[in-house]
Amino acid sequence: MDFKFDEEQEKFRQEVVTFLEEEKKQGAFQPISDSWVHGYSHEFSKKIAQKGWIGLTWPKEYGGQGRSWMDRLILTEELLRYGAPTGWHWSADRQMGPSIIKYGTEDQKRDFLPRIIRGEVSMAIGMSEPEAGSDMASLQTRAIEDGDDFVLNGQKVWTSGSQHANYIYLVARTDPSFSPHDPKNYKGISEFIVPTDVAGITISPLLDMAGGGHFTEVFFDNARIPKTCLVGEKNRGFYQIMEQLDYERAGIERLMSNYVVFEWIIDYAKNTYRNGVPLYKEPIIRDKIARLVMEFETGRLLCYRVAWVLDQGQVPNYEAAIAKLYGTEFEKRLASEAMEILGFYGQLMPDSKYVPLSGSVILSYLFSPGYSIQGGTSEILRNVIAQRGLGLPR
Amino acid sequence: MDTSFTEEQEMLRTAVSDFLIKECPKSKVRELEEDEKGYSPETWKIMADLGWIGLAIPEEYGGMGGSFQDLTIVLEEMGRNILPAPFLCTTIEGIFPILDAGSDEQKKEFLPKIANGELIFTMALLESSGVYDASGVATKAVAKGDSYVINGTKLFVEMAHIANYLVCVTRTKEGASPEDGVTLFIVDTTTPGIHCEVIPTIGMDKLCEVRFEDVVVPSSNMLGELDKGWPIVANVLRKGAIAKSAESAGGMQACFDMTVAYSKERVQYDKPIASFQALQHMMADMWIAVDTGRYVVYEAAWMESEGLPCAKEASMAKAFINKFYQEVSRLGVRLHGAIGTTRDHDVSLYYRRAKAASSAFGGNDLHHETVATELGLVK
Amino acid sequence: MDFSLSEEQEMLKKMARDFLADKCPKTLVREMQKDEVGYPPELWQEMAGLGWMGLVLPERYGGSGMAFLDLSVLLEEMGRACLPGPFFPTVVLGALPITDIGTEELKESYLPQIAGGEAIFTLALIEYDAGLDASSISVRALADRDDYIISGTKLFVPDAHIADYLLCVARTGESIKAEDNITVFLVDAKSPGISHTVLKTIAGDKLCEVVFDQVRVPEENILGELNQGWSEVQRIMERAAVAKCCEMIGNMQQVLEMTVDYAKERMQFTRPIGSFQAIQHHCANMATDVDASRFSTYQAAWMLSEGFPCTKEVAIARAITTDASRRMLALAHQIHGAIGLTEDHDLPIYSKRAKAAELAFGDTHFYRELVAQQVGL
Repeated sequence: MDFKFDEEQEKFRQEVVTFLEEEKKQGAFQPISDSWVHGYSHEFSKKIAQKGWIGLTWPKEYGGQGRSWMDRLILTEELLRYGAPTGWHWSADRQMGPSIIKYGTEDQKRDFLPRIIRGEVSMAIGMSEPEAGSDMASLQTRAIEDGDDFVLNGQKVWTSGSQHANYIYLVARTDPSFSPHDPKNYKGISEFIVPTDVAGITISPLLDMAGGGHFTEVFFDNARIPKTCLVGEKNRGFYQIMEQLDYERAGIERLMSNYVVFEWIIDYAKNTYRNGVPLYKEPIIRDKIARLVMEFETGRLLCYRVAWVLDQGQVPNYEAAIAKLYGTEFEKRLASEAMEILGFYGQLMPDSKYVPLSGSVILSYLFSPGYSIQGGTSEILRNVIAQRGLGLPR
Repeated sequence: MDTSFTEEQEMLRTAVSDFLIKECPKSKVRELEEDEKGYSPETWKIMADLGWIGLAIPEEYGGMGGSFQDLTIVLEEMGRNILPAPFLCTTIEGIFPILDAGSDEQKKEFLPKIANGELIFTMALLESSGVYDASGVATKAVAKGDSYVINGTKLFVEMAHIANYLVCVTRTKEGASPEDGVTLFIVDTTTPGIHCEVIPTIGMDKLCEVRFEDVVVPSSNMLGELDKGWPIVANVLRKGAIAKSAESAGGMQACFDMTVAYSKERVQYDKPIASFQALQHMMADMWIAVDTGRYVVYEAAWMESEGLPCAKEASMAKAFINKFYQEVSRLGVRLHGAIGTTRDHDVSLYYRRAKAASSAFGGNDLHHETVATELGLVK
Repeated sequence: MDFSLSEEQEMLKKMARDFLADKCPKTLVREMQKDEVGYPPELWQEMAGLGWMGLVLPERYGGSGMAFLDLSVLLEEMGRACLPGPFFPTVVLGALPITDIGTEELKESYLPQIAGGEAIFTLALIEYDAGLDASSISVRALADRDDYIISGTKLFVPDAHIADYLLCVARTGESIKAEDNITVFLVDAKSPGISHTVLKTIAGDKLCEVVFDQVRVPEENILGELNQGWSEVQRIMERAAVAKCCEMIGNMQQVLEMTVDYAKERMQFTRPIGSFQAIQHHCANMATDVDASRFSTYQAAWMLSEGFPCTKEVAIARAITTDASRRMLALAHQIHGAIGLTEDHDLPIYSKRAKAAELAFGDTHFYRELVAQQVGL
């Protein structure tokens, strides 16, 4: 067992930190909470690309660095710690690239991977539908073969960032003989990379509670895409995607999404006085902060364990589920406790006079119910832990 | 013991509920949230005509002569349906202090006009410390001839931007203890020197910053005795805690009902999500909170109505509701899945209000402390 | 970073597990709870024969010279098996402090005995107010020529009734700061003036009241420096806290396995109760708690092993593990239903030991306060 990073890893971390410190000083970004979701800057993503930090773990032959998952974790940990804007390239880097590497054709790899790595491609995730959330296999969007093309009809929802994306990574039904309610509905599903500028695609933003328009609805109305957009085997998409979901859950953004709030609220407790006493001296506030520290440090270990499992060449299904379950509970508690520490001022909106910490706490609070819903609800994660981890019967 | 309401109370409840369902659907709520005034003067007038604003005002002053408990029934329905309006502040922070400590002239001057909907009241109490005790009162009122001159800044004053009068809590003397030397004044909001600004908040409930710059108030507008105003404030805080809890109890119920209904309709894996045991248990926990919370509030409201000392019960109710309204609304959002996190969905209205309600009239730090003190666990 | 055990550690783990599964069945555990002595001497000798007592003691004193992390692996298996007896106090509270700060004479006198299973040690620390701060130490040791005279009462001393030697933490002078003038003495349990009473505890783990009535101890038996003992006591507590967590992990892992097995077998409504979602989710929560505790604890153990300062990590591990243990034992009982509450069932053995472990060396609030201080509050 070994809980420290080696010299190379420490050097890498320092390299990332130095870069971010410099960029912050130059005003290239303002730290925000949930920066991998709300922080959209093509310019900043290009800078990350220039450092070779998109596609860090991908094979060198496609332009990747071929580095370890542990290295990627170190990189993403610092990006999130600094609240740096990574939203533009995040999805492509996190899951679409690995999917293309595993299941894509040689042409697709040569086409997409270098462009993602160079920061030229932004991708959105087209999985959920109004009637298909946790039950993804019941999806209804169809992709029907017609000559050299597939014709798309249907609707996706909660598609993150599609208004900025060049491509939507789409999951659709290619074999209509399996209806959405068929017990074997997971057969007959395929994956596609769909350019967003194809005719017949309409995108409209959804407003979330924090006021962000990051999530969208995407309508497909006889949208025609060439067959070369198919990723992997036709009708085998569901199996392909299960692994992609493990990647989606495996990251440290499931623990550190609102990390900036953590640092800021501790600072606030140290520097804010109530009845002449700094907040951090109040026993209840000390207890709250201590608990948050404990849970964060532990959640971090669980995330690093997932990276370690990946570096062993294994698929981290229940490990990723545990890490996300634990991490998102921390994120929600952080938002909630930070609100309580702010007391009355906690309810002020970001554009309000007197608002503390630029409203980062309240924005995180309003966004926080989503942490345990998006990317696999906590209930589904518990099913995965119980059934795949502990072998309990379905 | 009898935990049921009288026939008149049930009729009142039904009347308010039916009225609000018709007059204030959720589309109207959202409209009013964005609206500058934040309430509908037309609806206000109708409610005044129905006698609801003057519900707890004695008949001799133009009111209905109803009890505090009757008022909490109205508030519960307002919480259930969500009515953006200066109802709680006018009744709890206007009517009751005047009834408590007002002179005969003051009662005759203000109460009938409150009852008929003409006058809107609110209390300016909190300042930059954000705490509900006397030590937070620094706004000064200095005697000058026949008047007092007020200087200072009040924060989080509900609906001050449209109120006709503020009950302003000032410091008139540095006493031996912070409670000593607090005086209340009824201040006309058109008095020169008052600057009011709405602060955007999570509940979108029009809390205001109010700055007093050499605001001159006639001595006849002093409410209660000089330097002895804190007990009046304490009464308002206790009634306010119960009132806000009653409103929240209604909100919790609505949130719960909506969630159960959704869980029965929403189908995933070919069955309603309500058939999944984990979710069933979550809803069971929500219901326990809703049902229990209601009774904790009713007990406190009844005791207050009967004039029985109930500082402990009021704090218990607020502490309980603070915790459970937030939890229920959180579970409500969670059970709705992603759609619950959108601004357009009704459940998010309750989620935001639950957070706002948890601070009003005291968060759990204050109320836990009060309960501990009432139990004799003095520091 | 490496989340796996080394090959040797895996072997030690397997060997310990098999040995204890064979030699320490629950019948023995129950017997020992009632037994006056509380452990079987034959088993003790076998463990000594396997080199367990001397595992982390230097080879020149008869030990194997292995690391604290290796001991952690062993302690986890002992926790899993609910091993009764004075292994923990002897090794963690006795041998390690002597190795740390004992004089050469003391090391040569006692460490080989410990490694050979011939001496049982314990630590007399806590007093009447049950506090863990230096200000709680009031047992006095007064200088008398070349000796010290110890008087006072210690409580919750593990296995004092069978210990050959006790490490006693006493106050050797007056001071303004409570941390000053504390000294650790190595006391022969057969010294005149020592008496003990075994306290009846939830886990039946033989915690004792020990009364020191003018007990004479030679000054050569001072461990470390006169009056400088408090920093060593803190080191002892830190190590003991982590070691206890290792035992707790073993306890929790076994409880998780036991519970999942039960959920798969137990039928109600014509199906295994483990097919009900609520039960599955409870099990998932338990598994998450075990994993969180495991890595948090092993990180602290690794840091101690490597000699890195780790007050914060120890505090976090202890706070996380005690909270997790409480939660998951409660869920285990919930899932087992009524049968889990009967004395015949193994689960109460685990939950009672878990409760005792929660309290030893500081509870969650003690450690949360430590965490707050460690992050600069």
